[in-house]
Amino acid sequence: MSTLDDKSEETVEQVETTKSTGKEQKNGSWGIVLIFFVIGLVGSLAVGWWIFPKLLYSQKKQPIDFNHVIHVAAVEEGCESCHFFREDGSFSGVPKLAQCVDCHEEVMGEDPNEAKFVEEYVAKGNEVPWLVYSRQPDCVFFSHAVHVKMGKVDCVTCHGHIGESTHSRVYEENRLTGYSRDIWGKNIAGLKKNTWDRMKMDDCAECHAENKAVPKIVETLPWPISWMPRPYEKPASSQIKVHIEKDACFVCHK
Amino acid sequence: MEEHTKAKKYGMVIDLDKCTGCGACMAACMAENNVPFKKDESNKLDSITWMRVYKLTNGKKFPEAEICYIPRPCMHCEGDHGHAPCVSVCPAVATDYSHETGIVSQIYTRCFGCRYCMAACPYHARYFNWWDPVWPDGMEKYLSPNVSPRMRGVVEKCSFCFHRYQLAMNKAYVEGHRELKEDEYQTSCTQACPAGAIIFGDLNNPGHAVCQIAKPDHKHGGRPMNPNAFRLLERLGTNPKVYYLSSRRWVRRAGDNYIKDEGKQGNH
Repeated sequence: MSTLDDKSEETVEQVETTKSTGKEQKNGSWGIVLIFFVIGLVGSLAVGWWIFPKLLYSQKKQPIDFNHVIHVAAVEEGCESCHFFREDGSFSGVPKLAQCVDCHEEVMGEDPNEAKFVEEYVAKGNEVPWLVYSRQPDCVFFSHAVHVKMGKVDCVTCHGHIGESTHSRVYEENRLTGYSRDIWGKNIAGLKKNTWDRMKMDDCAECHAENKAVPKIVETLPWPISWMPRPYEKPASSQIKVHIEKDACFVCHK
Repeated sequence: MEEHTKAKKYGMVIDLDKCTGCGACMAACMAENNVPFKKDESNKLDSITWMRVYKLTNGKKFPEAEICYIPRPCMHCEGDHGHAPCVSVCPAVATDYSHETGIVSQIYTRCFGCRYCMAACPYHARYFNWWDPVWPDGMEKYLSPNVSPRMRGVVEKCSFCFHRYQLAMNKAYVEGHRELKEDEYQTSCTQACPAGAIIFGDLNNPGHAVCQIAKPDHKHGGRPMNPNAFRLLERLGTNPKVYYLSSRRWVRRAGDNYIKDEGKQGNH
């Protein structure tokens, strides 16, 4: 009997030991799953947040490295000296060669960029193919006149402190849409801290909604169709004032 | 910043007695607005004409036979307080009625091509792009940069050359005012008409020719008080902003649907 009892005890012990090793193995496999999960998560985040944006945007250099600080100091009327309004109400945007030539007919300073500019463009009479950071899609109508002249919006509000730059930054173009990265904004998550960080429709709408909150009063004539049944009373006076709550689509589109 | 600007109500008067049916307005419109044309323009299910000249006949035999040409842009219906038929059905808010100008807009990038608006429009003023536009070689360079070309799958229509309004307003802003003179904003078809049959202006401004000729009765949904003036399908209550003039009664009657023997005199 005693031998039999010993045996049975042994078997129990064996069973216990095999059980405990089985538990350890299970824990190990979960660890591997966790490791793969973490690697996958980190990997996909890295692809999405870091590699994809790198692939999405091409990096282009401006043909000439432009120094705004020197130019702003040299001119009298600030931004409008070069970026001016034409008589027909259109905005000149990036200056044409003809304007630059007014001063740069010959090399004035010692900057190699200026020498390159005079040699390659002024002497040959070719326009500089500037890359425009703020170029909007074709469906957008934007009027500088109404924003600057009527709305008194500063250049900085949309364009940032570009007047304080000493070098032209790299132009990033979205390879899929062909739009400048300034439209989406530098932050790939679409977060912004300053008004000039993005130039999407949301950013236009944000400001437009704010300004609409200030009542814009429009005098209208009452034009109820009197022979049709009406759910509400006709306005009594011939001059009524209505608050326009939203802009029409054609305000910003064309 | 409280601004008192009078709401505009841009509209048109087309004198059918003067219209010769030459089609200059159609050609001018297509060139101005980058309207795509097809190889086979006779296929009217496919062709796009923001401005289209229709031919009317009185259905009588010689010598009483008469014809009349009716140019038909978008009517820019005001409906009841801006509820134009097309605007109220659009599920994408791709078209809206501007209370500042009275113009019905169409935003191509927002439109997803369901064509409810085309079904709602009683004037067939809206067209669907079944194909992407194909321009003959080199013609892309002649497109107007002020009007964005449309892509396949969206609806388009006459905008009363709204880009011309935008440009005219730009000029006004730089000059420091917000009001346009009558001649500062004119549509392309108006300027192209060799007979001077199309007149364009603000129906709210008594100084403008359109207002003086059509004499819209704002208290009665803009009905014309000029006995020779009429609007297409007046009785639908779409309250359109395009008025027609004709000295001929059968033409004026053709502008609306009448059942046989209904009120011999009609409304006009």
